[in-house]
Amino acid sequence: MATNKVTTRPAPGAIERLYAAFDDPRRRWALYAVIIALLLLAPPVVGRYGTVILTNALLYVILALGLNVVVGFAGLLDLGYAAFFAVGAYTTGILTQQFGFNFWLTIPFALCAAAIAGVIIGGPTLRLRSDYLAIVTLGFGEIVRIGARNLEITGQASGLTGIPSPSVFGYTLTGPTTYYYIFAALAVLAVIAAQRLLHSRLGRAWLYVRHDEDAAEAMGINRVRVKLAAYITGAVFGAIGGVFFAANLGAISPQSFSFQQSVLVLMAVILGGMGKIPGVILGAFIVILGPELLRDIGSLRLLVFAVILLLIMLFRPSGIWPGRRS
Amino acid sequence: MSETVLSVRDIESFYGKIQALHGVTLEVRKGQIVALLGSNGAGKTTTLKTISGLVRAAAGEVQLQGKPITSLAAHTIARLGVVHVPEGRHVLKGLSVKENLELGAFTVRDAHVRAERMAHVFELFPRMAERRHQDASLLSGGEQQMLAIGRALMHGPEVLLLDEPSMGLAPKLVTDTMRIVKRLNETGVTILLVEQNARLALRLAHYGYVLENGQVRMQGSGEELRADERIIQAYLGGAE
Repeated sequence: MATNKVTTRPAPGAIERLYAAFDDPRRRWALYAVIIALLLLAPPVVGRYGTVILTNALLYVILALGLNVVVGFAGLLDLGYAAFFAVGAYTTGILTQQFGFNFWLTIPFALCAAAIAGVIIGGPTLRLRSDYLAIVTLGFGEIVRIGARNLEITGQASGLTGIPSPSVFGYTLTGPTTYYYIFAALAVLAVIAAQRLLHSRLGRAWLYVRHDEDAAEAMGINRVRVKLAAYITGAVFGAIGGVFFAANLGAISPQSFSFQQSVLVLMAVILGGMGKIPGVILGAFIVILGPELLRDIGSLRLLVFAVILLLIMLFRPSGIWPGRRS
Repeated sequence: MSETVLSVRDIESFYGKIQALHGVTLEVRKGQIVALLGSNGAGKTTTLKTISGLVRAAAGEVQLQGKPITSLAAHTIARLGVVHVPEGRHVLKGLSVKENLELGAFTVRDAHVRAERMAHVFELFPRMAERRHQDASLLSGGEQQMLAIGRALMHGPEVLLLDEPSMGLAPKLVTDTMRIVKRLNETGVTILLVEQNARLALRLAHYGYVLENGQVRMQGSGEELRADERIIQAYLGGAE
């Protein structure tokens, strides 16, 4: 009879061994060094088009890490995450193009605007639970997008064009390779920030609130403040992505901040493994690079990609690289 | 007489339009176990929730060591030392026993104090020490109750509000739990205990209050209440 059999752990496969290596503090740094070296060497190898795609993937790493703070760390939901991305991009766009601000000076404004947006979305939704939270955040994302499409200051449907390229010490930042390295640096910073947050006091508060907010409150944790902090932190990550997105393209329009973008970022988080930083990074790369790698099969590529995603979720329901706690 | 830790005066609470408490007054002195008894729906849990700020008092006042705490937020009340161990335990599943205990000491900044309290909890509950790295969801009901109490102790409570610690436990574990409550008290913890099993609770309690329809119907020392058969018959669910 096998009824009372203790569940045995399957023998670790190659993937599990790799994951374990990342969890081992000593080997982790070696692996990180390899990844950073690969990042640095990639542009000449993958060519101009490949560099653009990789830049996009790195942007999504930043966005996914930000959304992961909300969804993975704090256990909240946000279906309108692109709104924060939009707030960052439009703040920089409006201030540089219409008010003649220096690009670098727009960053603090963009961060403040994002933090305010985080409070606006976080505040009224704090008492809501999953389903309602989904609806409200979705609505918020749409409000921001539709607002951008109709307001004079955001350039309505055609958006803002001619956002000047930023410069450092007289050197103008242009070209795909330059932005590739900028986004690579930002992504590395985002990973470090996410890691630090996870192990901070606030990170522990998120963990407790995610598991049981009543128990957390009974032990003196201010759930309102902790949840707001999650939305604000997520918003700041999104805004940083948006600021440099605007600088990179020099033009932004409402289409860049659609519901689909929010879903794509959320997909990266869930697919990779909610709460697990390396998983989320992997998820972002898959979500962006997947359709590109399937480009050869033509018009069916999105269908095939969708099927692959479904299969992944069927066989690894807690993500490709799930956290310790499922 | 020792000093009053918690004093509750004429509190009234509502759930929507339904009034659950019609002016409850009680007092908990330092080092005591005070039992709050009564049948289902008498307002025992609501009284605890009103004290810990989970339910707002519509009228009346709650004082902790002479200072009003009635209008404070639940987490602030907890920080001041009123620690509520709710019904149903609220153990964090998916986290280890140790991590659950760490939650209790979240507001304790001094790592040394945290370590001391953890050692104290492990001494009180050797079971928790054995299972410190295990997932809390793998614990039995009785162990989860110990964990919930241990977590509250990590916080360093001025007064511990225990809501039906024996609920859902097998009879033998019920007696064990009561023994734990007694031992906690002997180590100096002040306890306000809500319990269905009146006989057991009165055996430990220094003082008891019997609630009925959101009001205190009777009060007295544990011995007095226990000696009064009518009380047992009328309010506490009959003979053993």
